[in-house]
Amino acid sequence: MACLLETPIRMSVLSEVTASSRHYVDRLFDPDPQKVLQGVIDMKNAVIGNNKQKANLIVLGAVPRLLYLLQQETSTTELKTECAVVLGSLAMGTENNVKSLLDCHIIPALLQGLLSPDLKFIEACLRCLRTIFTSPVTPEELLYTGPDHQTILFNHGAVQNIAHLLTSLSYKVRMQALKCFSVLAFENPQVSMTLVNVLVDGELLPQIFVKMLQRDKPIEMQLTSAKCLTYMCRAGAIRTDDNCIVLKTLPCLVRMCSKERLLEERVEGAETLAYLIEPDVELQRIASITDHLIAMLADYFKYPSSVSAITDIKRLDHDLKHAHELRQAAFKLYASLGANDEDIRKKIIETENMMDRIVTGLSESSVKVRLAAVRCLHSLSRSVQQLRTSFQDHAVWKPLMKVLQNAPDEILVVASSMLCNLLLEFSPSKEPILESGAVELLCGLTQSENPALRVNGIWALMNMAFQAEQKIKADILRSLSTEQLFRLLSDSDLNVLMKTLGLLRNLLSTRPHIDKIMSTHGKQIMQAVTLILEGEHNIEVKEQTLCILANIADGTTAKDLIMTNDDILQKIKYYMGHSHVKLQLAAMFCISNLIWNEEEGSQERQDKLRDMGIVDILHKLSQSPDSNLCDKAKTALQQYLA
Amino acid sequence: MFNKGQNLLLVSTRRETQMIHLQPGQHSQTLSLKKNKKNLFLISRTYSASLCSQLLKRLRQENHLNLGSGGCSELRSCHCTPAWATERNPVSKIKIIIKCNHPCTGVSPAALWLLRQGRAGSPPPAVGGVWRPRVAGRGFLSTGRPLPGSKSAGARRGGHQQLRGPRREVQLLATWGPQDTCAREDPWRPPPCSLKHRTDPRPGHGKTPKDAASVRATHPIPAACGIYYFEVKIVSKGRDGYMGIGLSAQGVNMNRLPGWDKHSYGYHGDDGHSFCSSGTGQPYGPTFTTGDVIGCCVNLINNTCFYTKNGHSLGIAFTDLPPNLYPTVGLQTPGEVVDANFGQHPFVFDIEDYMREWRTKIQAQIDRFPIGDREGEWQTMIQKMVSSYLVHHGYCATAEAFARSTDQTVLEELASIKNRQRIQKLVLAGRMGEAIETTQQLYPSLLERNPNLLFTLKVRQFIEMVNGTDSEVRCLGGRSPKSQDSYPVSPRPFSSPSMSPSHGMNIHNLASGKGSTAHFSGFESCSNGVISNKAHQSYCHSNKHQSSNLNVPELNSINMSRSQQVNNFTSNDVDMETDHYSNGVGETSSNGFLNGSSKHDHEMEDCDTEMEVDSSQLRRQLCGGSQAAIERMIHFGRELQAMSEQLRRDCGKNTANKKMLKDAFSLLAYSDPWNSPVGNQLDPIQREPVCSALNSAILETHNLPKQPPLALAMGQATQCLGLMARSGIGSCAFATVEDYLH
Repeated sequence: MACLLETPIRMSVLSEVTASSRHYVDRLFDPDPQKVLQGVIDMKNAVIGNNKQKANLIVLGAVPRLLYLLQQETSTTELKTECAVVLGSLAMGTENNVKSLLDCHIIPALLQGLLSPDLKFIEACLRCLRTIFTSPVTPEELLYTGPDHQTILFNHGAVQNIAHLLTSLSYKVRMQALKCFSVLAFENPQVSMTLVNVLVDGELLPQIFVKMLQRDKPIEMQLTSAKCLTYMCRAGAIRTDDNCIVLKTLPCLVRMCSKERLLEERVEGAETLAYLIEPDVELQRIASITDHLIAMLADYFKYPSSVSAITDIKRLDHDLKHAHELRQAAFKLYASLGANDEDIRKKIIETENMMDRIVTGLSESSVKVRLAAVRCLHSLSRSVQQLRTSFQDHAVWKPLMKVLQNAPDEILVVASSMLCNLLLEFSPSKEPILESGAVELLCGLTQSENPALRVNGIWALMNMAFQAEQKIKADILRSLSTEQLFRLLSDSDLNVLMKTLGLLRNLLSTRPHIDKIMSTHGKQIMQAVTLILEGEHNIEVKEQTLCILANIADGTTAKDLIMTNDDILQKIKYYMGHSHVKLQLAAMFCISNLIWNEEEGSQERQDKLRDMGIVDILHKLSQSPDSNLCDKAKTALQQYLA
Repeated sequence: MFNKGQNLLLVSTRRETQMIHLQPGQHSQTLSLKKNKKNLFLISRTYSASLCSQLLKRLRQENHLNLGSGGCSELRSCHCTPAWATERNPVSKIKIIIKCNHPCTGVSPAALWLLRQGRAGSPPPAVGGVWRPRVAGRGFLSTGRPLPGSKSAGARRGGHQQLRGPRREVQLLATWGPQDTCAREDPWRPPPCSLKHRTDPRPGHGKTPKDAASVRATHPIPAACGIYYFEVKIVSKGRDGYMGIGLSAQGVNMNRLPGWDKHSYGYHGDDGHSFCSSGTGQPYGPTFTTGDVIGCCVNLINNTCFYTKNGHSLGIAFTDLPPNLYPTVGLQTPGEVVDANFGQHPFVFDIEDYMREWRTKIQAQIDRFPIGDREGEWQTMIQKMVSSYLVHHGYCATAEAFARSTDQTVLEELASIKNRQRIQKLVLAGRMGEAIETTQQLYPSLLERNPNLLFTLKVRQFIEMVNGTDSEVRCLGGRSPKSQDSYPVSPRPFSSPSMSPSHGMNIHNLASGKGSTAHFSGFESCSNGVISNKAHQSYCHSNKHQSSNLNVPELNSINMSRSQQVNNFTSNDVDMETDHYSNGVGETSSNGFLNGSSKHDHEMEDCDTEMEVDSSQLRRQLCGGSQAAIERMIHFGRELQAMSEQLRRDCGKNTANKKMLKDAFSLLAYSDPWNSPVGNQLDPIQREPVCSALNSAILETHNLPKQPPLALAMGQATQCLGLMARSGIGSCAFATVEDYLH
């Protein structure tokens, strides 16, 4: 919006000065290459040290043309070099200039330029790149776009070449080499595995990193080498129980979280530690007892402090800048700490005002903080006790439902996954969540493109349907629609399929519900069941499906849907003789339910099944080595005797 | 498969699940024991459903929690058996043992201090607390016997070799004077190597706090060690694991766990709470039990304490600790056994790293100390200090160059410096007569106003006559005195005799053919050893140069063996190193080296002279062996005696002078004065104090300071550190003046 408002004013000013500037730009389009070159050179001389001129040229669209000339194969090297120089000059101006250059995708063009055989051109490109990357507005990710670049560097022998720099006498060189390794090793098993075995002056790289972790080393160095070791550990190159992780890296990172460190260091320390301990419960336990980490993290929420606001404007500004970062880092670390261990979760929640802080975090403006808060809450929601107590006390569901509205996917994934936990049968939040329209929301999620969201949506519905009232079940079925249900049953994601079957099972429980649902959706459900039993699916899927059949067989009127479907009966018979005990057992349940004595029409059913040869199979199964199966078969046979 | 257990677990409270041990394969019958109302409620609810509901339970077991990325495993571990099945081992005979490290191998600072005091054979200091039996009549306290001396010596060596953690303390302790020791030491006790405590086997013993008992080190943690650390391994948690590890002041009731009383601090294993002089604990860390190693670190710089568990720091437990706390361990229930490690074994926690951090911190604090610099004032002051130092010792060329490059003015005239230098050279060359004469010429009234100084110089002259070096006897000995310039002597910067290495004397003796090894007992500091090595090189070199009659290869071989010996001394004697530290700042390696080499050059001349005289017999003779010289010496002695009497009449009795004279005359009582009990007077090193006194006196007449400000500043810094150590300011442990002298 601001930009739009600004334009007219700018235009009026520009109209006076642009005349000369336009001349420069126009010359770039001259058909004569020689004149173009001269034009670029003139432009170079015109823009040096002249911010206004730079801005004018950018507004007049010089950048795309210069980039075009720079990339054009037909351009002479001289012209390319001059273009790079001019671009470098433009980058020297205001931050807005750099932004405009970035918007024109200057980086790939300049990087491409580095492949040129001409040294002068390379130099010009490098200068320009340096100017751009030293600007605060340039995101670093533009250069390091991930595994591809890591691999390229790795294949060109970066590891060996950088390794020896670690022993350089100059602190700066050592530090840069260290930083380089941390970037190279990040989520890259190939690089990490190599790093573990690299020798520098007879010492293995991890040992060198450990030395750089020592407490008398500069903080920056400690932190970066801890990062290197963390990344190598997460990439699987160092075991999580290795002393260099347990006794060196972890304590070092905890120290980085202490109050004595700078805010930036604390953020980085907490984030790295969260990443390190995320998958390993033992590391989580150690971290949780180290230096009162959990209490230490509570301080992350005290910025800006009330003192700083009054006394020092500069500090207030600094605090404000980092407040979000601090909070999200603390949430992340809490999430990692509480991922697996109940005691740790309890400790976190018992930390002063923690639940309030998380709940507040859920509605913060910063996406990063919200995401981290949801993560943290999700981690804590794995505790049954907490679900029943603190989650209820703080009405966590309220802000959570808010977060779920219009949130970006990454937040939705975590938030919906947490919703699954909150919808568990024993969770007191279940009721209010239902009342606030969760069914619609979750059904919407099942239609998402993102498989993770589909799984979470259907999973939550499954949990919701467990031992639910008839009304809720009907709501679910209505909102989801049978079409969607069938679509999910043919979903490519196995998880989605399994949870959908689970939902069906939960829907089809207790006799009145079974009959009610089967009376309305019986046909489709039977179709789906048949389809799955005939399809190529793994044992678990088939078992779930048979369980659904068993549930249907438990209904009063629903039974008939099976009894009148010979195809299904044959299938049940087939699975009774299946080689897999789980499937046999599940089929057995169907039969038991069908022939149960005290129910109406049991005699006819028994007869029909006997005719099908079920009794023979039951006799056979009563000799089964599996005691469970054997018992069930005997009970079933007794039904015939009674 | 389809049992109720899974359901039960779902509703069981966390308290229960904490209590249960996982035991795969066990089935749910044990669980039914743990039914509570809620469980039963659920069971009835689920049971009302038909078979399909049983299936549902299965489903539910799977769906009860969304595992998300990490997973929620503990709720799934469904098979369980109560924990009490594995505990409650009825203990019939109860016995509490505290195993202490061998007292003498422990490197607790107190221990080392004691070792230094030569009391190692007697009571050991490490953990020497005494179990005070609660139940009278039952015997406990088995105390070890005092150690035989030989054994303790061995143990002492062991202790040094194993020295790990508190190495720093050791060094620091070495700087203490005896006045620093704890005046409040417990009365000396026999050395209990291992303490055994048998408690009353009555049932219920250990249930109440009254059954607690603590053991405490005999010596408090000295503040000057900066950072103190010890570890305790829980060998067995005994019946209930009511163990406390911590600190207590002297006089605290030892029948209670540490932390419960005033001036007592503890971390308890049963609840993981910290007790800060209070019966109620604060939540602090995890609980600890059998197999855990608990460390306790006292930071005497900021007076805090933190604990470690299995090598992991648990964070600050106490702040504002009082001084003079003793490491303390307390146990309450039968069967509790702990092992203490005061550094005789490697620590689990990386205490070295922690100390590194603090050393860096303190040094940064020193480096950043605000000096209130007003435009170059600080720099000017430093330049002045350097300049005055150079001038003081007469390095006139250097002083001149330095003054030029820093725009300083030299306070003293160049000529005056040169004069002083000339006199100093003469004194250090042993040519006292000439020195006195020159002084009288250049500073006419100086010696008249300082009769005591003159007397000192004269006594020295007498000694040099005996030595055969004084110019008067040299002339008589038929040798022409060497020109002054051939004595390239530089003065020693400090005058303390204790700082003078004794190698000069050794070389002297070597030249006279005596066995050299005996003299090495005099070596006190390792740095001296190094110096003398260097000196040997120059020695041999100049020997060749002067083509003396002495058999060079032979001499070299002697030198070789000697230097090896020196090396031996330097490499393995830690004790001596500590002695070296106690000497304080005065001696820096660079200075030492400089002095060493220069002195040897000078020594060379000495030896050279000797050799000229005694080339055949390699034996020193009185006054260079000349009869005339001896007569001259005797005559001079009489004059000296007269002067002494005159001095006594004029200025009153002076015991120092009297003793000086007596010692000097004693030389004549021996046929071989050099190897006599008073022979050390002949050592050229003894010229230095005389030289220094003369130099100071001359400077005083010019209204210049007796001591260079640089030396004064260093001396003051050293004194300050000593004072800090005595006042219990722990940061002195990580600051030494040597660190700043390169």
